[in-house]
Amino acid sequence: MSPLNPARVAREFPTRYRLEAARCDGCGAVSFPPRVVCPACRGRKFATVSLEPEGKVLTWTVIHVGPSSHKHEVPYALAVVELAGGVRITCQIADVDPARVEAGMPVRLEFRRIQEDGEAGVIAYGHKAVPA
Amino acid sequence: MSVGIVGYGAYIPRRRIRLGEIAAVWGADAATYERGLELHEKSVPAADEDTITMSVTASRRALARARIDPSSIGAVYVGSESHPYAVKPSGTVVAEALGTGPAVHCADLEFACKAGSEGMFLAAALVKSGEVQHALAVGADTSQGAPGDALEYSAAAGAAAFIFGSTNLVATMEAQVSYMTDTPDFWRREYMRYPRHAGRFTGEPAYFKHTLGATRMLLEKTGLQPKDFAFAVFHQPNGKFPMRAGKLAGFRREQLEAGWLSPWLGNTYSGASPIGLTAILDQARAGDRILMVSYGSGAGSDGFVWAVTDRIDEVRAAAPATRDQLDNGKLYVSYGTYAKMRGKIRMGE
Repeated sequence: MSPLNPARVAREFPTRYRLEAARCDGCGAVSFPPRVVCPACRGRKFATVSLEPEGKVLTWTVIHVGPSSHKHEVPYALAVVELAGGVRITCQIADVDPARVEAGMPVRLEFRRIQEDGEAGVIAYGHKAVPA
Repeated sequence: MSVGIVGYGAYIPRRRIRLGEIAAVWGADAATYERGLELHEKSVPAADEDTITMSVTASRRALARARIDPSSIGAVYVGSESHPYAVKPSGTVVAEALGTGPAVHCADLEFACKAGSEGMFLAAALVKSGEVQHALAVGADTSQGAPGDALEYSAAAGAAAFIFGSTNLVATMEAQVSYMTDTPDFWRREYMRYPRHAGRFTGEPAYFKHTLGATRMLLEKTGLQPKDFAFAVFHQPNGKFPMRAGKLAGFRREQLEAGWLSPWLGNTYSGASPIGLTAILDQARAGDRILMVSYGSGAGSDGFVWAVTDRIDEVRAAAPATRDQLDNGKLYVSYGTYAKMRGKIRMGE
């Protein structure tokens, strides 16, 4: 099987493309990606909500030796970003000198190429943080 | 029924390369190129940017200004000569990311540098026919220039998106025309990595003939004269051509400057005159008339007359201004980094 299975890539479009999350009808906790059972109250009913694309860097690390798919991008910063609604996501920070990343740095999510299955395979898109 | 632009947005990558950096690698005289082409630097897409990513960001900005429900968009057109897939539309990704789906007519367009304005032409016509409530047209490119070729000094990246509708307009479309002949001035054959061009044949018989032809048609159709316009924007393959075309058509420098981005942006191909239009809309006032003429090799020009409405002041601040993207937050790269990001370095298996 190729490293990027088109069926799996397609299943993740709502979260990867539109940042769709699940808000628990019972307690209001937001899960991203959506879950079947709410980790806060074990509720099973959810409403679909979209995450706010603005946030700040909570913590980060710099990747110097990345996977072969990211050969053109090293060194790059990988961060935990807290979005405006409180949801935390792990993502790359693009368009920045990784030495200048710091906690609290305001960022916003932008649509980017995440990886591709070689020159002939499918391209996976999603979001990365960029300096706000 | 009035038809026009409900929302607009532009995206310009942050990376830039100076002309001098390119000239130094190929032993060329930078000053000659800067003077000859009136170009100083150009935008460079990062390794994780392509026509699709830039189209999504520009479209989201257009959506922010339009303030419409994405599901009311009935058509999505992405015009580019650098679609990431040879077969599989860019537009499906853009539509899915915006959440327009699935009752959408979607197509990728290609006509060298006028693929973006082609989408605008179709989107406006579809809204006018009453077939769709809103239609999205995007012009985007990560254009290619062969290493060392004259095109390498100008081939840049950027995107502009426009949502068309019939209510809440920021600019009413007063006329649209198309002027086309079969002119082999620039092409890229199947499986070829870089385009070829016909040198000086790309000038008078190609660019100038078609841009001036479409401009003439627009003026005849509307009965307007150059002095009736606050702004005009032409396709900008370099800094020199659009200024010359504008002056030949009877426009003054002051009418051309707001949309004249190429000296510091380069040629964004399908994005060129559309991004220029976004920069004009960023500073236009209600009642201003704008003339826009694109050009695509092969060859043809689409022309539009826009009349700005007072809604422009309400929507302008809802997304980043085009000039701000052009002037601020720039990250300069070396030729080596540029070559790596543009896939010009042959990698091991």
